[in-house]
Amino acid sequence: METSPRRVMLDPLVDNNPVTLQVLGVCSALAVTTNLLNAFIMSLALTAVCACSNGAVSMIRRHTPGSIRIIVQMTIIASLVIVVDELLKAYAYETSRTLSVFVGLIITNCIVLGRAEAFASQNPVGLSVLDGIGNGLGYSLVLLLVGAVRELFGSGSLLGVEILPLTTNGGWYLSNGMLLLPPSAFFIIGLLIWAVRTWKTAQVEPADHQIHAVHRQEVM
Amino acid sequence: MIRRLLALPNDDSRKIVFVAVSLCLVCSLLVSATAVLLQPLQEIEAGKNLRRNVLLAAGLMSEDDDDSRIDELFGRLEPRVVDLRSGAFTDAVNPENFNARTAARDPELGEAIADDADIANIRRRARFAVVHLVRDGDRIERIVLPAHGYGLWSTMYAFIALDADLNTVAAINFYEHGETPGLGGEIENPRWRSLWQGKLIFDEAGDVRLEVIKGNVDPANVAAAWQVDGISGSTLTGNGVTNMVRYWFGPDGFGPFLDRLRSEGV
Repeated sequence: METSPRRVMLDPLVDNNPVTLQVLGVCSALAVTTNLLNAFIMSLALTAVCACSNGAVSMIRRHTPGSIRIIVQMTIIASLVIVVDELLKAYAYETSRTLSVFVGLIITNCIVLGRAEAFASQNPVGLSVLDGIGNGLGYSLVLLLVGAVRELFGSGSLLGVEILPLTTNGGWYLSNGMLLLPPSAFFIIGLLIWAVRTWKTAQVEPADHQIHAVHRQEVM
Repeated sequence: MIRRLLALPNDDSRKIVFVAVSLCLVCSLLVSATAVLLQPLQEIEAGKNLRRNVLLAAGLMSEDDDDSRIDELFGRLEPRVVDLRSGAFTDAVNPENFNARTAARDPELGEAIADDADIANIRRRARFAVVHLVRDGDRIERIVLPAHGYGLWSTMYAFIALDADLNTVAAINFYEHGETPGLGGEIENPRWRSLWQGKLIFDEAGDVRLEVIKGNVDPANVAAAWQVDGISGSTLTGNGVTNMVRYWFGPDGFGPFLDRLRSEGV
């Protein structure tokens, strides 16, 4: 594995993006991207948790018994998530109310546990923190893109500032209500994965199954 | 001692216990320190949020307003304490710092609700409630009443504002709940809440008739004035909201208070 600090931090942005390549953390990406602000705060929260948990897991990696390592990682992640949740409640009350469940669900976000187990448990602290930040940023990149598209075309605004005047407010833009519903994030992420894999063809996976035409007689 | 434990091989059970216990200690210290340190800030924010929601229900503030004028606007409201049993105003507690939730658990300030009367499924309640009056000189323009009831998973807390006739809903505002986001959680949705405006609570006989129905209200129906559209996928939350309204405007809730207000004025 390539371990120069630069690569560790930049790889997860496009080449090894946790959402588009590994297709992890999609659940929260669907839920919190109805507007850019929520996506931004969620990105910040996840990046912070991922960096700190990677750092902590790496710090005690030589003393972590293999038999309880997953529960050790979960304990660290869960504690950090509670801390982040408390911070949000104190400094961003409104957002913390809309994000509430999803911040709690960072605990189950596969990206965080995945990086702790796959990277931090075997690499030095500095690199692990960088890896956490890198993966957090990779997730953030996707979240912000999806959030921007959904808010712009779903509500005609960005960060709450009107960009496309809505017909309901006397403008010309008829908002696309579907973009405010979770499934739309699926389409956007799907299109994003398609775009990235067209650009970086190395990411295309071989098909798992081949569909053959079967003769009727063979079946009978 | 610690050095000796750390020197043990990682699969030694003494070391496993040691690592597990010390990790838990460190984590719990971290979590409780954050919780304790941030509590004062969180309480200020929560209080602000509560006042904001009273103001939204009172119609003095709109969703888009920021928080800068909260204290000034809140000063225009007249908080009063109501004794729920008699329905009379009282000075028994200070409305500024009365907390109905902690009071409900208090043996003096709270009381248990009899099972057959407990439509809203809340078990205990405070004996007093703080209501907010919006006045225009001597006349009451609106009155904001607190209400809460059990939905599908959680207790939903709301403010309901009534117009001067003490029957027409001016606004409803859910400010705390744990219903499913996207389904029951849509009780927060401004568009759905706006459907409540102008609905009537009581019928001609004075019984609570307002309900959240299943599906959409047919405007041609004579009962339409007492019906609010259901939210699809949230029938049980909707029933919870109906029960909440039934309880808090019924004879065990604000019923006696509203009767008294109607006959005597303030």
